[in-house]
Amino acid sequence: MGMTIVEKILARASDQPFVKAGDVVEAKVDLAMSHENAALVINQFHDVYKGTGIDANVWDPSKIAIILDHRVPAESAKTATNQKKVREFVAKQGIKKFHDIRGDEGGICHQILPENGYVRPGYLVVGTDSHTTTHGALGAFAFGIGATDMAAVWTLGSVLNVEVPATIKVIITGKFQPHVSPKDLILHIIGRISAEGANFKVIEFHGETIRHMNTSGRLVLCNMSVEAGATSGIVPADKETVRYLMGHAGVTDEIEIMQPDADAEYDQIVEVDITRLTPQIACPHTVDNVIPIYSTEGKKVHQIVVGSCTNGRIDDLEIAAKTLKGRRIAKDVRMLVFPASWRIYKEALKKGYISSLIDAGAVVMNPGCGCCLGVHEGALGDGEVALSTTNRNFKGRMGNPGAEVYLCSPAVAAASAITGFITDPRNGEIS
Amino acid sequence: MKVVIKLEDDVSTDAIYPGRFMATVLPNETPQFAFADHSEFNSKLKRHEIPAGSFMIAGKNFGCGSSREQAASCLRGYELVVIAKSFGRIFMQNAINLGLRVIVCPTLEAAEGDELEIENEFVVNKTNHKYFPIEPLPKARQAIMDAGGLIPYTRKKLIEKHAARPH
Repeated sequence: MGMTIVEKILARASDQPFVKAGDVVEAKVDLAMSHENAALVINQFHDVYKGTGIDANVWDPSKIAIILDHRVPAESAKTATNQKKVREFVAKQGIKKFHDIRGDEGGICHQILPENGYVRPGYLVVGTDSHTTTHGALGAFAFGIGATDMAAVWTLGSVLNVEVPATIKVIITGKFQPHVSPKDLILHIIGRISAEGANFKVIEFHGETIRHMNTSGRLVLCNMSVEAGATSGIVPADKETVRYLMGHAGVTDEIEIMQPDADAEYDQIVEVDITRLTPQIACPHTVDNVIPIYSTEGKKVHQIVVGSCTNGRIDDLEIAAKTLKGRRIAKDVRMLVFPASWRIYKEALKKGYISSLIDAGAVVMNPGCGCCLGVHEGALGDGEVALSTTNRNFKGRMGNPGAEVYLCSPAVAAASAITGFITDPRNGEIS
Repeated sequence: MKVVIKLEDDVSTDAIYPGRFMATVLPNETPQFAFADHSEFNSKLKRHEIPAGSFMIAGKNFGCGSSREQAASCLRGYELVVIAKSFGRIFMQNAINLGLRVIVCPTLEAAEGDELEIENEFVVNKTNHKYFPIEPLPKARQAIMDAGGLIPYTRKKLIEKHAARPH
């Protein structure tokens, strides 16, 4: 019997020739990522060492990445003090993969890791953020953990007591219709298998659609796999992965391509043909409350959000900018744009996307997560409706339990910004 | 002990510990914001009207969403026991790491105010006189529970590793 890709990664990380779903392993970590919640990890890390007489030094500073992105620049003295604590720890421990609040190197963690070549196919990546699943797009096994789990990783260099997850193979075939994108596909899959349909399991993406999809699209699929409860999403690495890492992420050394075995055992196989897929909307207040756009067309919206770790890459900004170029967003709508990193922001500036967006009435914010999770700028008023390209629509998510968040693709967000209502981008007047 | 609150399916960590309080991280400071948007329940907790060991019951996928550990530490602070049909993976892991008691019981029938007891592998509802089987937690987590949480477990491993290192 063969192994799935995650079984192969966990076998290698635990120095065993073979593991299978259900086995319990202690797995060595290749990359451990945190953001502002490193402040809590530091607290728990020092707690582990308390009373041992052993100096509290992390196991390997070169394998730790810390990116400040959740509340940037700090919205309060409390956050600023936590960020200061993180900076002091980073300096003391010699952590080099640290991305502070800076225009030359900052951004959202799930964009910073890929674009700096920190993640490689076959890596075991853990992060104190549930959307760490994103990095499966590069053929790594990447999953979210809590702060105390991370303190154990910083101490020992491994994730303890990992139960090898079962894998769901998702095979995707067909070509996207115009104005339909990977975001619509993942919303459709989450709607189909439900918010806990992949709980404690991994989603392995296959099929001709995936092979023709660029890394940007694959990042969207893996980012949102967690919204189906998955431990992670993963796309086995291929030529496109190598193209991205060498062409865009500055990787110069050899890249190992790891594939699942042909006779690997899967928990289930799901086939999706996207030929007739239409734009999808996740309605409040769960991500699996997904319907085709026609069922909710015409719903009044007050705030449009384009960006985040899900849809803040250059191709997402391109769609929004090209739709809005020479037009104005509706009078009673606010549109906020969050590029996923400053590198993307600068590229969008060069290409003229930022000025197209601003001229249309959008507000372009600094890269960050604050709006998506309702902690920093872009909060909603009572009874207001947001239409957002982010990844969660839970009650209270955008800072107000009395408001609603609908999730969509960049094309839907941009078309709807013009009309002020949820609008199908395939509508002739918009496109 | 009594069921003090009954919640629906898919209660997210945004509901348990709203994002706007995430700058507060320390386990001794997080309990004040537990279910902050559910003001009645939050007030009862803060006024200490809910005794330690009380049951909170929920549907499937309790604690889905964000990895924020505050969602587990804020409930741990009041020593609540959470029974759900199923849990989100990271929340369940955080709960076990911090010593918050979580019980998976897919068939439980109970209402607010019912008196429950845990007897071996069953949740017993003393009010409707029914037994409901408990599903075991992931076996990978047992050693952490036995050690009293992830910090003491890791400390023990650290000491072993330190002793075994070449001098």
